[in-house]
Amino acid sequence: MLEDGTKYKAYHFGAPLSTSGEVVFNTAMTGYTESITDPSYKGQILTYTYPIIGNYGIPSSSCKESICKFYESDKIQISGLIISYYSNRPYHWNMNSSLSDWLFKNGVPGLFGVDTRFIAKKIRKKGGSMLGKILMENEDIPFYDPNQENLSKKVSVNKKIIYGNGKYKILLVDFGLKNNILRCLLRRDCTIIRVPWDYDFTNEEYDGLILSNGPGNPKIYKKPIHYIRLAMKKERPIFGICLGNQLLGIASGGDTHKLKYSHRGHNHPVVLLKTGKSFITSQNHGYVLNTDNLSKEWKIFFKNLNDNTCEGIIHDHKPFFSVQFHPEASGGPMDTEFLFDFFINSIVNSIKNNK
Amino acid sequence: MKESSKISMKIDKVLILGSGALKIGEAGEFDYSGTQALKALKEEGVYTILINPNIATVQTSKEIVDKVYFLPLTFFFIKSVIEKEKPKGILLSFGGQTALNCGIHLFREGIINKYKIKVLGTPIESIIHSEDRNLFRNRLTKMNIKTAKSFVVHSVNDAVSCSLEIGFPIIIRSDYALGGLGSIFARDASNLKKIVSKIFSHSSQILIEESLEGWKEIEYEIVRDKYDNCISVCNMENFDPIGIHTGESIVVAPSQTLTNSEYYNLRKLAIRIAKNFNIIGECNVQFALNPNSEDYRVIEINARLSRSSALASKATGYPLAFVAAKLSLGYGLHELKNSVTKNTSAFFEPALDYVVCKIPRWDLKKFYGVSNKIGSSMKSVGEVMSIGGSFEEAFQKGIRMLDIGKQGFINNINKKKLRSHLFIKESIKEPTDQRIFFLEEALESGFSVKEIHELTKIDPWFLYQLDNIFQTKKKIDSFDTWKDVPYELLQKAKKDGFSDMQIASIFFNKKNNNDELNKNDQYKNLFDLEQKIREYRKGKNIVPYVRQIDTLASEYPAYTNYLYLTYHAIQHDIIYERDDKSVITLGSGVYRIGSSVEFDWCCVNALNTIKKESYRSIMINYNPETVSTDFDICDRLYFEELTLERVLDIIELEKPKGTIVSMGGQIPNNLVLKLYEKKVKILGTSPISIDKVEDRYKFSNSMDYLKVEQPRWKELSDFDTIYQFVKEVGFPILVRPSYVLSGANMNVISNQEELKNYLNEEMSTISPEHPLIITEFIKEAKEIELDAISQNGEILYYAISEHVEFAGVHSGDATLVYPPHNLYLSTLKEIIFISKKISKYLNISGPFNIQFLSKDNKIKVIECNLRVSRSFPFVSKVSHFNMIELATQVILGKKKSKIESDFMIKNFVGVKASQFSFSRLQNADPILGVDMTSTGEVGCLGDSFDEALLKSMISVGYTIPKKNILISGGPIGSKLDLLEAIKLLHKKGYILFATKGTNSFLSNNGVPSIKVYWPNVKKYSNVIELIKDRKLDLIINIPKNLSKSELDNDYTIRRYAVDFNIPLLTNTRLAKAFIQAFCNLSMKQLLIKDWNEYK
Repeated sequence: MLEDGTKYKAYHFGAPLSTSGEVVFNTAMTGYTESITDPSYKGQILTYTYPIIGNYGIPSSSCKESICKFYESDKIQISGLIISYYSNRPYHWNMNSSLSDWLFKNGVPGLFGVDTRFIAKKIRKKGGSMLGKILMENEDIPFYDPNQENLSKKVSVNKKIIYGNGKYKILLVDFGLKNNILRCLLRRDCTIIRVPWDYDFTNEEYDGLILSNGPGNPKIYKKPIHYIRLAMKKERPIFGICLGNQLLGIASGGDTHKLKYSHRGHNHPVVLLKTGKSFITSQNHGYVLNTDNLSKEWKIFFKNLNDNTCEGIIHDHKPFFSVQFHPEASGGPMDTEFLFDFFINSIVNSIKNNK
Repeated sequence: MKESSKISMKIDKVLILGSGALKIGEAGEFDYSGTQALKALKEEGVYTILINPNIATVQTSKEIVDKVYFLPLTFFFIKSVIEKEKPKGILLSFGGQTALNCGIHLFREGIINKYKIKVLGTPIESIIHSEDRNLFRNRLTKMNIKTAKSFVVHSVNDAVSCSLEIGFPIIIRSDYALGGLGSIFARDASNLKKIVSKIFSHSSQILIEESLEGWKEIEYEIVRDKYDNCISVCNMENFDPIGIHTGESIVVAPSQTLTNSEYYNLRKLAIRIAKNFNIIGECNVQFALNPNSEDYRVIEINARLSRSSALASKATGYPLAFVAAKLSLGYGLHELKNSVTKNTSAFFEPALDYVVCKIPRWDLKKFYGVSNKIGSSMKSVGEVMSIGGSFEEAFQKGIRMLDIGKQGFINNINKKKLRSHLFIKESIKEPTDQRIFFLEEALESGFSVKEIHELTKIDPWFLYQLDNIFQTKKKIDSFDTWKDVPYELLQKAKKDGFSDMQIASIFFNKKNNNDELNKNDQYKNLFDLEQKIREYRKGKNIVPYVRQIDTLASEYPAYTNYLYLTYHAIQHDIIYERDDKSVITLGSGVYRIGSSVEFDWCCVNALNTIKKESYRSIMINYNPETVSTDFDICDRLYFEELTLERVLDIIELEKPKGTIVSMGGQIPNNLVLKLYEKKVKILGTSPISIDKVEDRYKFSNSMDYLKVEQPRWKELSDFDTIYQFVKEVGFPILVRPSYVLSGANMNVISNQEELKNYLNEEMSTISPEHPLIITEFIKEAKEIELDAISQNGEILYYAISEHVEFAGVHSGDATLVYPPHNLYLSTLKEIIFISKKISKYLNISGPFNIQFLSKDNKIKVIECNLRVSRSFPFVSKVSHFNMIELATQVILGKKKSKIESDFMIKNFVGVKASQFSFSRLQNADPILGVDMTSTGEVGCLGDSFDEALLKSMISVGYTIPKKNILISGGPIGSKLDLLEAIKLLHKKGYILFATKGTNSFLSNNGVPSIKVYWPNVKKYSNVIELIKDRKLDLIINIPKNLSKSELDNDYTIRRYAVDFNIPLLTNTRLAKAFIQAFCNLSMKQLLIKDWNEYK
C-alpha cells in the first residue's frame, strides 16, 4: 500500500511480516546483495525495476579483516523488498542461501508478482519516493517516514574502529558507509580510523578526511556539519561521498533539496567539467546539492549528463572535494574508482607541503 | 545535433562498404547497421557512396544513400570505385567481416594511403590486431589480461605437440574466421590430425587453443569516442556454455547468472580493451567465465558492428550503429542525445526492465547429408528476439517465433511416445539444433536438473527456469478439463509464456481419452478450443499489457514507440487513439532459407508509404536483424510474435483501419484465413482469394476453370489414383502440400521406390485441411516470373523476368534476368494475357507473383502468390520504379491509374544471382533442386547480359578461372548442351580436365582434355588430388539425376570443391552462361557505373 492509497496484492517471500517505510526504486540489473546491505537504504522499501531478482542467491557473510567480504555492511539495511519475479531456484558457486531465506532469517519481508514498472512510474512522479507499507493479510501498521529521523544513528558504528596499518592515516566519518569504501582505501596503503557519525573528530590526527555516504535528509546532521566546518579550516584533504557531498556542500554555504527524479541505479552519466570526460556511475540518492549559494572558492566538479544536477564540488585551492555518486560502486561500475587515487595524491601533496 | 563545426576534419564524401549477399554468419544485421550508419551520415550532410551488390537491402535505397554501386565487394571493384569517386573517408565497420577484410586488403595494398582516404572510426592497425589472433593475444597479455592458452602452428606435427602441452580437448582456429568458420574442436590426437590437415589447405597457420568447454560465455557491447569516453551498452549471456558459437547459441540479455562483481569485473576488462585498442565507435568483447570461480578468459573482440551489436541494439533500444557512425565522424558521446528519450544523454548505459532472449533458427533439414550437430562454427540462418517479464515468458515466445511448428518449450501436439533414457541422454549430451526440445523430453522422462546440467553443462539457473515451465504444464495437466484450471494457475501459465494454443493442446489430447468428461465442453478442433480459452481468460481479465522499451527502466518519462506485451504488467504504457488512422503491417519474422531481407525491404517501403499517405504505421515483427524493427521506421513498433494470438491482441488494442498481410512473405499469409475468421479487416486482396491460391487444390481447380494451362496434377487421395496418375505422366513427379514457401516438404520423386517411401513417411504429417498435390514435373522448360500490382482485378503495373536455369531449380536459387533477354514477344503477350485473367478472377488488389513454364511455345502456370515475392526489390530497383509504394497505395484504397511497364525498352540488364553457404554446412551436397538452399542473393546491373551476370556471379564468390577447368558433364544431354561453351574455353586457351565419360565425349568432338580419375579410383591423376593440390580454378559438375540421395563420386567432387573453396557449377544452363560471359568479357570490361547511370 502506498501513501496515495494505491493498493497492490502480491505474493510475499522472505519474512512474513508487515513493514513500512519510504518506497524507492532502483534501476540496476544486478547487485541486489550490495544494495540490500547498503546503509543508505536504511528505512527504505526497495523496489527493483529489473524484474528477475534472486538468481544467484546470497553469498556467505564471511569476513576478511573484520569487513564482510560480500556485503556492504554487516546486515540487511532495507525495510522491505518489492520485485516482479522472484527467482526461487537460485544457483551460483558462491551462494550460501537463497534471497528469501536470507530475508526471512533477518526478519525482512519481500513482495513479488508486482508490476514494479507501474510502481516506479508512480514514485517517479513524486520525486522518487513515496511512503508505503507491506502488509500481511488482515494486518495494518502506520506509515513511517524515515526522513524525519536521524538514520545514521541506526547505521553508523557506535565507537571508533581502526582498520589496516598503512602509510596514510584516513579519518572516516561513518554515516552508514559501504564496506567497499574501506576496501578501496585498504588497497591503497591506508590506516582507517572509522568514527561514529556524531564523533568530534576535530582533535584527531589524520592525513585525510572522508565523509561517507549515508541515509536520510542531510539537513538533520547539524553536529557533523559543524565539525566539517572546523575541519575545513585545516589544510588536510577532505573527500565526501554521496551524503558526504551534501554535508560538505551545506558546510560551505550550499543547500539541499529533493530531486525531481531521484537517482538510483548503475547507469548514471556524469561529466568531469574540467576535462569534459564522462563517466558512468553508481548512484543512490534522492537529495541533491543546490550550489547557488556556495562560497566562491567552490567549483562544480561533476555534473549529471541527464538532468544537469550537481554531482560533485571541488575547492579551487584547498584539497577539498566531494562527489554525489559512488566511486566505490558495489554494486555498479567502477569507472570512477580513480577518485580514491586522486584523494591519496592530494594527501601526498599535502604532506609534502606541510614539511 | 547540428554541431558539424565540431568535427575537426572536413569529411564530406564517405564510402561505406556493405556486406554483400546474406550468408550464414553474415546476414541481415548488416543491412540494419549500414542503414543506420547512412542515416547518421546523412543527418550530418555527408555525401554517401555505398558499394553493396545486395539489391534487396534497405540500405541500397535512394532515400538512404546518395549513390549506390551494385558491384562485388572485392578488391578490384572497390579500388575502381575509389579511383572514380575519390571519397575522403571510408567506413569499414558496418559491413561485417566482408567489409573489414576488404578494408584490410585495401590498406595493405596501399590504396587507402594513395588516395588519402581517412578510415573513419577505429584505426585500421587496431582492426588488424583484433583480427590476427596471435597479435591479439600478445597485446592482451601485455595488458595483463588473460586469454585462452594457445599456440600458432604451421604443421600437423607442431599442432599435435602443442595440443599435448595444452591438453585435450582443444580448439582449432584459422585466421580471419567468419562466423567461426574453421574453428573446430578436437578431442584426441587422431581427431586433431584429420582436422588440421584439412585446414592447412585453406590457410598457412592454425591456432591451437585451450578448450574452455562448460565455461559461461558472456559478451559486452562497448562504445567509445575519440575523447576516450567509454560505455558498455549491454551485456549478454549465452544459455549454452562455451563451445557453441554465439551465433548458434540462445543468448539472454542482460546476463542472468552473474553477480555484481562478476558483471562489473568483466565490464571493466572490456572497457580496458576497448581503450587499449583505441576503438572509435563500437566493439564487442567476448569472455569465457569459469562457472566455479571468477576466473575468465577473453575469447575475442570484434572491432566492428556485429550480429551481437545488432541484437544489443534491439535488446536495449540503444541505436549502436547510429551512434557508432556519429562517433566515427568525430563526435563525443556526451555531445549526442539518447534517441529514445530525446532529452537524456547518449553517454549512459541502458537499464532494462525486461529480459530478452535470442534463439537461432536452423534449416539443416533442407540440406542433404549435413549433420545436425551444432558447435563452434555457425550453421544457423536466422534468429529471433523475444522480450518478456520473465525468462520463461521470453523463452517460450522465442520458440514460437522460430516458426518451426513449435508452440513453445512445451509441445503437446503430435506427442510421440517417450523414448528411452539412453536415447534422451545421447540427444542432450551433444548439442544439436533439436537439443532444446529434447530438454523438455528429458524433464518429462524424469531427469533431474542436476543430471541435465552434468550432461549439457548448461547453467542450472537456466535449467531451473525450463523446469518451472515444465512444472506449470504439469499442474495444468493435472486438471481434467480446461475450465477447471484455477484463475491463479491460468495467470501463472500466461506469465510463463504459455500461449492459448499451447494450453489448448494440453487438453485437446485428453478429449479422446475421456469423452465422458468433455460432454459439456464441446469444441470442433484445436483452433476452436484455442479461441474458447482466449475468450474465457479475457473474461477473467487475464490479458497482456503493452510496455515501452525506454532504455532507462522508467526512471525518466520517455515517449517511445518501441513496444512489447507482457503478462507481468498491470497497465498499458501508452494511450490508444483508436481513430481509424492507423494501419498495421505484419512483418516477415525470422529469416530462414526462402525468406529474408527482401521481405524486410518490402515491409519498410510499405511503412514509408503508409506514413506518406498520412496514416500512422504500425509494425509487428520480431527479427533483430531487420530494418523494419528499427523504432524510427514506423509510428509504433511491436516487437512481438506473429502468432494469431498476439496479432489479435494487438489488433484489439489498436483497432486499426486495417491490417496488411501481403508484405511479410509467408508468415502473414498463413495467418490470413484465421484472422479473417476472427473478423479482422484485411487490407488489399480478399482473404478468400488468398486461400484460393494458397490451397493447392483450390488453385489447380481454379486454373482448370479459367482454362489456364498447368502441368497435369492430382490431389492425393488413395494410392491407386496416385499410381495411375504417375503411370500417365511418368517420373519424375512433384509432390507438395499447400501453404508452402521455399519448397519445404516439396519433393521431386524420380522412381517407384522413392514414391513408396515418401508416401509412407509423409502421410502422417499431412494435414487434411491442406491436402497434398502431385504434379507432373516438366523438364527442360524455361521458367518465367511475373511480379505485378493490381487494383480491383486490373493489372496496374507488371515486371517479367526469366530464369537462366531450366525449371526444376527452385526460383529462390535460380539466376534471374530482368528485363528478360531471351523471350519471344508472343510468350510475353501470352503471359500478360493469362495474368490478366487470373488477376481478374481473383479480383486482386495489391501485389502478386505468378510463375510460368514455357516449353515448345506453350505457357503453363505453376504457382501464384497473392503477396510480394522475393524478386520485388530486384525488379523495383532495376527499373527504378518502387512497386511497393504503388502496391501499398492500392492496398490503402487509393485509386491509381495504370503505369506503362517500359522494361522491354531498357538498354541494360539486371541479373540476380544466389548466394550459397555450403562451405559452412559440413557434408551438405551443394546441388540445386526444388528445395531452396541459397541463403542470400545479389543483383547487379550491366549493359549486357554477360556483364551483369559476371558481376553478380563474382559478387556471390565466383572468380574468373585463370587456367585449369575440370568438367564432369553428367548425362549425355547436358554434355551436348555444354559442348559449344567447352569449345569456347578451349579456344580461349583454358586447359581442360575431364572425367572418363566427358573426356571421351570431348575427344569424339575434337576437344582435347586431360583425363582424370573418379575419386574412388586410386590412380593419378585423381580429381581429389587435383583439388587438394589447388590445381583447379573452376569445376563444372553436372549431377546425373535429380534424386536427393546421390552419394557417389559426383558428390565427393562437389563437396571437395566447396571445402577447398573452388568455384563450382552444377547447372548446365548457368555453366554455359557463365563460360560465355567470361570468355566474351574481361574484368576491365566490367564497367564501374552506379545505379543512376543505368536508367
